[in-house]
Amino acid sequence: MHTFLFELRRNKVLFFMLLPTLVFFLIFSYFPMVGIYYAFTQYSFEGGLFGSKFVGMKNFEFLYKSGVLWNLTKNTVLYNLAFIILGNILQLISAIFLAQIPGKLFKKTTQSLIFLPYFISWVLVGAFVYNLFNIDTGVINSLLAQLHLPAYDFYMSTAPWKYIIVGFNLWKGIGYGMIIYLAAIMSISEEYYEAAKIDGANIFTQTRHITLPLLMPTFVMLILFSLGGILKGQFDLFYQIIGNNGLLFEATDIIDTYVFRSLAVNFNIGMGTAAGLYQSLFGFVLILTVNYIIKKTREDYALF
Amino acid sequence: MRTFKTEPSTIVFNLIGYVLLTLLALFCITPFWLMVSGSFSDEMDIVSRGFQIIPDNFSWEAYKSVFQTPEQIYRAYGVTVGLTVVGSLLGLFLTSMAGFVLSRQEFKYRNSFSFFIYFTTLFSGGLIPWYILMVNQLHLKDSYLALLLPPLLSAWNIILMKNFMKSIPDSIVESAKIDGAGEFYIYWKLILPLSTPGLATIGLFLALSYWNDWFLANIFITSPEKYPLQFLLYKILASAAVLQTNAANYVSANVTPPTETLKMAVAVVATGPIVLLYPFVQRYFVKGLTIGAVKG
Repeated sequence: MHTFLFELRRNKVLFFMLLPTLVFFLIFSYFPMVGIYYAFTQYSFEGGLFGSKFVGMKNFEFLYKSGVLWNLTKNTVLYNLAFIILGNILQLISAIFLAQIPGKLFKKTTQSLIFLPYFISWVLVGAFVYNLFNIDTGVINSLLAQLHLPAYDFYMSTAPWKYIIVGFNLWKGIGYGMIIYLAAIMSISEEYYEAAKIDGANIFTQTRHITLPLLMPTFVMLILFSLGGILKGQFDLFYQIIGNNGLLFEATDIIDTYVFRSLAVNFNIGMGTAAGLYQSLFGFVLILTVNYIIKKTREDYALF
Repeated sequence: MRTFKTEPSTIVFNLIGYVLLTLLALFCITPFWLMVSGSFSDEMDIVSRGFQIIPDNFSWEAYKSVFQTPEQIYRAYGVTVGLTVVGSLLGLFLTSMAGFVLSRQEFKYRNSFSFFIYFTTLFSGGLIPWYILMVNQLHLKDSYLALLLPPLLSAWNIILMKNFMKSIPDSIVESAKIDGAGEFYIYWKLILPLSTPGLATIGLFLALSYWNDWFLANIFITSPEKYPLQFLLYKILASAAVLQTNAANYVSANVTPPTETLKMAVAVVATGPIVLLYPFVQRYFVKGLTIGAVKG
């Protein structure tokens, strides 16, 4: 404590510069942690935090026994796995080609266009999806009609949404990921390629034996980092595309959408907090595990 | 460095690249194209034949309708622009200041404080306790502060900023200190100007989160005059709320109000600025992102 106060006096200005940030996180991130207690109560609006009835593990028990927890976990994990794996592969491949292509104008134009979806709101993505897939005016159904095929009601069936959701997530994120990989490619020394050329390697062999192996660490790191957050959902994506369409929940409900509905639709504070806490704790353990693995294999990449 | 003589394999490789990237680019802009095309379509065409790649009959009707009673859109624009400008500048100031302090070797507790900030990305109370705190304890329901405060600081932005500033040579700070410069002066006059790509990147992240926010408005804002742009768009897309004010004009004229095309026109109006802004910041963005993230 003594050294701390001494430090404080010595670096007064630096400490004051950091203070607003510390206060911010204390209020908006640490205070809500106290509210985890809701997960163990049967929340009542009059009672508030400590006046509500304590029910122990009942909320968790119910979530577990009703199968909700399992379905949410399954959906969240499987969607995220698809996002992470397909996304990284697509980003990696497009970065490799983009780095190689000679046409400057083409390069700039395609990069900008591929980056464009990253900048728009999820509300707009929801509108796009509706434009494409709704039964009355959707583009797909217009095309089907022109081909004299029967209309398909996407909003009545769970089957296509897995692909639509994954597709739009890839669509929105490819530009951003591509840039990370592009930067990694740019940092590869030109000498490797020169040497390979002298040995008579063509561009395919160069890509296979130089670019890909040298990008592997970045690839593995990015995958591992994202695995830590595998229980966190893309709330905006799911909510804007599916909304409150209960017909599709079985295939599209993730923890975040469930928690949101507990708050905004069902007013089930205890249950929603329990699901949120489960997500937080599970995620926390996952990140610690992933970080442990990274530390064992490549220490300099560890998160902490 | 390309070789002078292009080998056949390189031609094949590039060809694949051109085709793949062209397809990807098309895949990325098609929804935008459909939106713009839809906004210029004739309402009757949309109703009878659905959205088309190219409008059958070009029409300004939807835009006319949007700007016939523009108050609601202008107001939402005002809310969003105000939030974006104030939030981005304030957020940038606080984030860069925190990044500066945490990147300084002399600041002994920088690792403890870094962890204090970083821990919030590892574990959180979750949406519901946070919501109850915002509403019951901080009384931010239906307040602009509920839209301004949450995106203001993020642990990721601070870490990105810290890493970016770490790449600035220490000798700059040291020589300034010898000349008697104070910490804030060093931050403001020396480090900030050298951090332009980092600032542009974080600034864009912040601007995007303010401009594109609909979620905070959805859970906190109850008065329609406080709706930000994207939330108004969401409301229009979900319920055609804004149209009701216009509908009366159409009933008397005995024509269908342009519901579908109007939705698209509002979407274009709400999206335009951020899409127009990004080519200008893209250059910095790429630079800032790669320096901050690769070392991450």
